[in-house]
Amino acid sequence: MFTFLARRLAATIPVLLIVAVLVFLMLRLTPGDPAVIIAGDAANPEQVAQIRAGLGLDRSIVVQFGIWFGNLLSGNLGESYYFKMTVVELIAHRIEPTLALSLFTIVLSVLVSVPLGVLAAWRQGGWLDRALMGFSVLGFSVPVFVLGYILIYIVSLKLGWLPVQGYVRFADGFWPFIRHLILPSITLSVIYIALIARVTRAAVTETLAEDYIRTARAKGLPEARVVIHHALANAAVPIVTVIGIGIALLIGGVVVTETVYAIPGLGRLTVDAVLARDFPTIQGVILFFSFAYVLINLLVDLSYLFFDPRIRY
Amino acid sequence: MHPTELDAEAAVAAQIKGGLWRTLRGNWAVVTGGSVLALLALVALAAPWLGTVDPTLFDPASRDLLPGAIGEITNLDGETIAHKFLMGSDGFGRDIYSRVIYGTRVSLIVGAAVALVSLFFGVSCGLAAGYIRWLDGVLMRVMDGVMAIPGILIAIALVALWKASLVTVIIAIAIPEIPRVTRLVRSLVLSIREEPYVEAAVSLGTRTLKIMFGHILPNTMAPLIVQGTYICASAILVEAILSFLGVGLPTDTPTWGNIMAEGRVQFNDFPHNVFFPGVFLALTVLAINMLGDGLRDTLDPRMSKRI
Repeated sequence: MFTFLARRLAATIPVLLIVAVLVFLMLRLTPGDPAVIIAGDAANPEQVAQIRAGLGLDRSIVVQFGIWFGNLLSGNLGESYYFKMTVVELIAHRIEPTLALSLFTIVLSVLVSVPLGVLAAWRQGGWLDRALMGFSVLGFSVPVFVLGYILIYIVSLKLGWLPVQGYVRFADGFWPFIRHLILPSITLSVIYIALIARVTRAAVTETLAEDYIRTARAKGLPEARVVIHHALANAAVPIVTVIGIGIALLIGGVVVTETVYAIPGLGRLTVDAVLARDFPTIQGVILFFSFAYVLINLLVDLSYLFFDPRIRY
Repeated sequence: MHPTELDAEAAVAAQIKGGLWRTLRGNWAVVTGGSVLALLALVALAAPWLGTVDPTLFDPASRDLLPGAIGEITNLDGETIAHKFLMGSDGFGRDIYSRVIYGTRVSLIVGAAVALVSLFFGVSCGLAAGYIRWLDGVLMRVMDGVMAIPGILIAIALVALWKASLVTVIIAIAIPEIPRVTRLVRSLVLSIREEPYVEAAVSLGTRTLKIMFGHILPNTMAPLIVQGTYICASAILVEAILSFLGVGLPTDTPTWGNIMAEGRVQFNDFPHNVFFPGVFLALTVLAINMLGDGLRDTLDPRMSKRI
């Protein structure tokens, strides 16, 4: 257990390091003065000079990376001259809506997709199976924002059931908070449901063909128990794996969904930062999302120990 | 491997020998997806002759028209002509129908170009990683790093750094796709190089380059074509997202994402400005995904078993 943990961490650190190098190089390999680019349009000449000194731009690129990486390790992602605060403060301000939206979406997607995938595998070739496969191709094809607008049009504008856009903080009331999250979560979950349901179906189909399933049926276990305790339980590893990998899809979707629904989260912040050409914020958000993605997948790897006790590293 | 799977493969191999074209024609997903895509390509090519006007033309007198309304538009020579706005007009008085039809060009060009660019670099890196051992570790760690950054964020950041043009948008969307192609090619190379015919070629003293391009590359084609269609579909989506977010091609360029970004402002009153390009976008991506699924089932039956 401990060696497994150590080995997985040892494999994760180089990836994080390379992500940091790539994000660092993104700006350095672009023609133009990095200090001017970082300062953006909102900074004055003194600030540019200050940034230039802080980045160590007169020194070699390795030293520059050292300075930048040292700041990163001490939790300093730089300062946004456009938003007039440090990038860390900015991310802390905007994280709640994104976290709420993502958690809602993940829970909703898993609750819908896993049962659907299991049923489709159980009655393979049946109407539910074909409907699900059709839906999953459709789910991969309809863009998140088109779906978002269709839902806004029908549910909010025509039926008037839910608010059109915006976000209410959890602290400002539980029901308004939930009501504002329903449509964005549904919008975002469609592609995720398509992905997880497809993999669940494939994984459960495979385990259903195993000998121990025949044994379980032969000894007279109820079908529900065979499918859930024997087939699904043994298909858990690929399912949690795709939930982890799908987080990348989710992060892309968050950027779009928050724009459609005017939610002031990290996704919207990314777009605002790009439109304002505010590079410290862009770098910070990319680092944040990538690190979150890598760490979530580390947790997914650790969960194998729980889902498949045979795995002993 | 399961025995029936072997039979299926043998059957498919026999079918392919009997005529690849016939096998493909027998797959409804390939036929449907391919036909819709061919139709869209035709629309893109014939855009000027489909009752469109210059998609950048605008007329203040024809702002915010509903679909089907007759309005006027001033052409580049300064003449004002009557024009039927099949899909209505936007807040500047531009013809949505013309913009949507011309938008087909941008989407298809971006989709095809991104697929080709990422396949080219992915294949190069994958062959190198699979065949040159000392390069493998370094290259694959860098690819792991790129894959750890969500693709859309890479595209957004790169487009923001470079000025958005057709070329920069294509490269920015292609870069995050390269690692996946690299991984695929590398794993294919690693398994193909163990095949008897490669060993035979090696023992006959065939040069490494000839083995790479003459023996290994042709055998990676089927999965690469399938992967290429999926990349094409996702690239079209990402381009639309970039435009929609306002960080893609310049706003007067007729792209589906740009039309939707403008329609977004007046969505409550004129939802069709978002819906028409949205339907075209979804239909295009759906057609390409179907084509990809069909190709996967016919060309690469082993892969279709996996998902």
